[in-house]
Amino acid sequence: MHLRNPKDFWAGVLFAAIGFAFAIVVKVAEYPMGTASRMGAGYFPFVLGTILGVLGLIIVAKALVSDGDRVPKFAWRPIIFILGAVIIFGLTAKTIGLALAIVVLVMIASFGGHEFRMKEQLIASVVLAIGSIAVFVYGLKLPFPIWPSFFN
Amino acid sequence: MDALIANLSLGFSVALQPEALMYCLIGCLLGTLIGVLPGIGPVATIAMLLPATFALKPEFSLIMLAGIYYGAQYGGSTTAILVNIPGESSSVVTALDGYQMARNGRAGAALTVAALGSFFAGCVATILLAVAAPPLAEIAFKFGPAEYFSLMTLGLIAAVVLAHGSVVKAIAMIILGLLLGLIGTDVNSGMARFNFSIPELVDGIGFVVIAMGVFGFAEIIKNLEQGDESEVFVHKVGSLLPTMKDFKDAWPAVLRGTGLGSLLGILPGGGAVLASFSAYTLEKKIAKDPSQFGKGDIRGVAAPESANNAAAQTSFIPLLTLGIPPNPVMALMVGAMIIQGIQPGPQVMTEKPQLFWGMIVSMWLGNLMLVILNLPLIGMWIKLLTVPYRLLYPAILVFCCIGVYSLSNSPFDVVFTAIFGFIGYLFLKLGCEPAPLLLGFILGPMMEENLRRAMLLSRGDATVFVTRPLSATLLGIAALLLVIIALPAIRAKREEAFVEE
Repeated sequence: MHLRNPKDFWAGVLFAAIGFAFAIVVKVAEYPMGTASRMGAGYFPFVLGTILGVLGLIIVAKALVSDGDRVPKFAWRPIIFILGAVIIFGLTAKTIGLALAIVVLVMIASFGGHEFRMKEQLIASVVLAIGSIAVFVYGLKLPFPIWPSFFN
Repeated sequence: MDALIANLSLGFSVALQPEALMYCLIGCLLGTLIGVLPGIGPVATIAMLLPATFALKPEFSLIMLAGIYYGAQYGGSTTAILVNIPGESSSVVTALDGYQMARNGRAGAALTVAALGSFFAGCVATILLAVAAPPLAEIAFKFGPAEYFSLMTLGLIAAVVLAHGSVVKAIAMIILGLLLGLIGTDVNSGMARFNFSIPELVDGIGFVVIAMGVFGFAEIIKNLEQGDESEVFVHKVGSLLPTMKDFKDAWPAVLRGTGLGSLLGILPGGGAVLASFSAYTLEKKIAKDPSQFGKGDIRGVAAPESANNAAAQTSFIPLLTLGIPPNPVMALMVGAMIIQGIQPGPQVMTEKPQLFWGMIVSMWLGNLMLVILNLPLIGMWIKLLTVPYRLLYPAILVFCCIGVYSLSNSPFDVVFTAIFGFIGYLFLKLGCEPAPLLLGFILGPMMEENLRRAMLLSRGDATVFVTRPLSATLLGIAALLLVIIALPAIRAKREEAFVEE
């Protein structure tokens, strides 16, 4: 099938899916609905979810009868390296310590850019690690381990 | 009048403490820094610093964070004028004429006019804030749950009208934000909702997590995909002194920009970005010779720069008097207040006058510092612009990660921020603005709470929202706004207005 307005179409599909998902969760998990005067935990989310679902369908319907833009291409390279670097930082910071975690974060993230200069990025990561530890651990006293836990 | 003077002198006694001055200075410098640097804005910066403000006294924390917001307005113009890249989204229009002035060797004059215009606007907005806040807070005390619900509805609708792009999509983003805000424990029944048995979700998703993901990480990815790093080419600044003709042309524009900016800052959904665009459009409309715009007209610098600074400051009015944030930056300020155990709303002024007035006075002092510091330091800021993005974004990333991690010292928030980074990017690709989502997110729990209370008080009678006069008026305005943008003529105009972006 040829989509005339793919950008809006997919946006609508996404909204409809999320909206109805919220409404369905309320029903499946049996959050109490209550009455209009004594609303239960499920009332407001159910109403909102349904509205969002319907809005999504409206956007889809409109997209089918109008012309619009394509969905621009996704830049997977920065998505994977930037978000990947962040997730790895989150998962390892406590074990390998802030110093090493920052170096790893910067090195992985720099693959997301256009050019990769090993030496430059290494220097940058070390400078950032020292600077951040000085500011956040010594200056603002945030409770981060600096060195890997297996050193202690 | 006496009360005003008493209040302001209380403010001065707080804001002139050496520590307060220091935090104000730090905020202004940081704000200018991130304002000058393209690719990082006040939302990401404030979100980043939020965890670190926990240890500060509430006054100092808010003084510093406010400084970042208005400081960014000063810094953004420097980049716009000298490099033709908006350092901040609120200085997009400044680049149009500012850069042309720089090419004609008059960068110095443009920078001076921008700084002085901003300072003037900052002074007016500060006074406006001091004068308008107390009576507004009085009104706010008369608000019941029905009024609050209607007011938030109005705020959200206004946010849609003022956002650019599709109205339906913006409404959908708001509702999605409201729903995300409901994740976590229901305050009334203590029941955990939508947590999918993940213990970390019982307390809900942190605002910083969403803000940083959507405005921080998604933004970095977007910048990286935009391809080649643009060459930074800085023109000679030239004489800082504007000519007499510059002054004569600029001051009415500054006045108009200040007025329009102050007004648009108060509106829900408004703020610095909208103000600068509108001010530029207004100048072009009323100018006798609009052909000069885009070729280095000083009015094209003076008006938007005054407007964005005025709006940055007046957007504190709804936050401080009603407890309702009109834009994402103010939503973060709510977060900053809650970290300190302060519930934003009209009671802040009566219960914490030193905080309220100290902050207002510090804004004026901060503006003064910015004017004095910015012009002599301009060389230093220009140097910063020569730092390539490939070195800049890892630094932004490191600060963001540390900021998010220290929210609760668990990997969970960091992973979730990454997920929201992807969601934010996805929505950008689908042509959906993220700002309404953030507003909805912060208002979600408040709206539900007030809706429930209003319905309980009226014994389930939904007409309470239209039978109480204040509430009915607010809803009426909201409905009117929706009707207005649905009108074909206005719709065309609105699309045209946002095309320039």
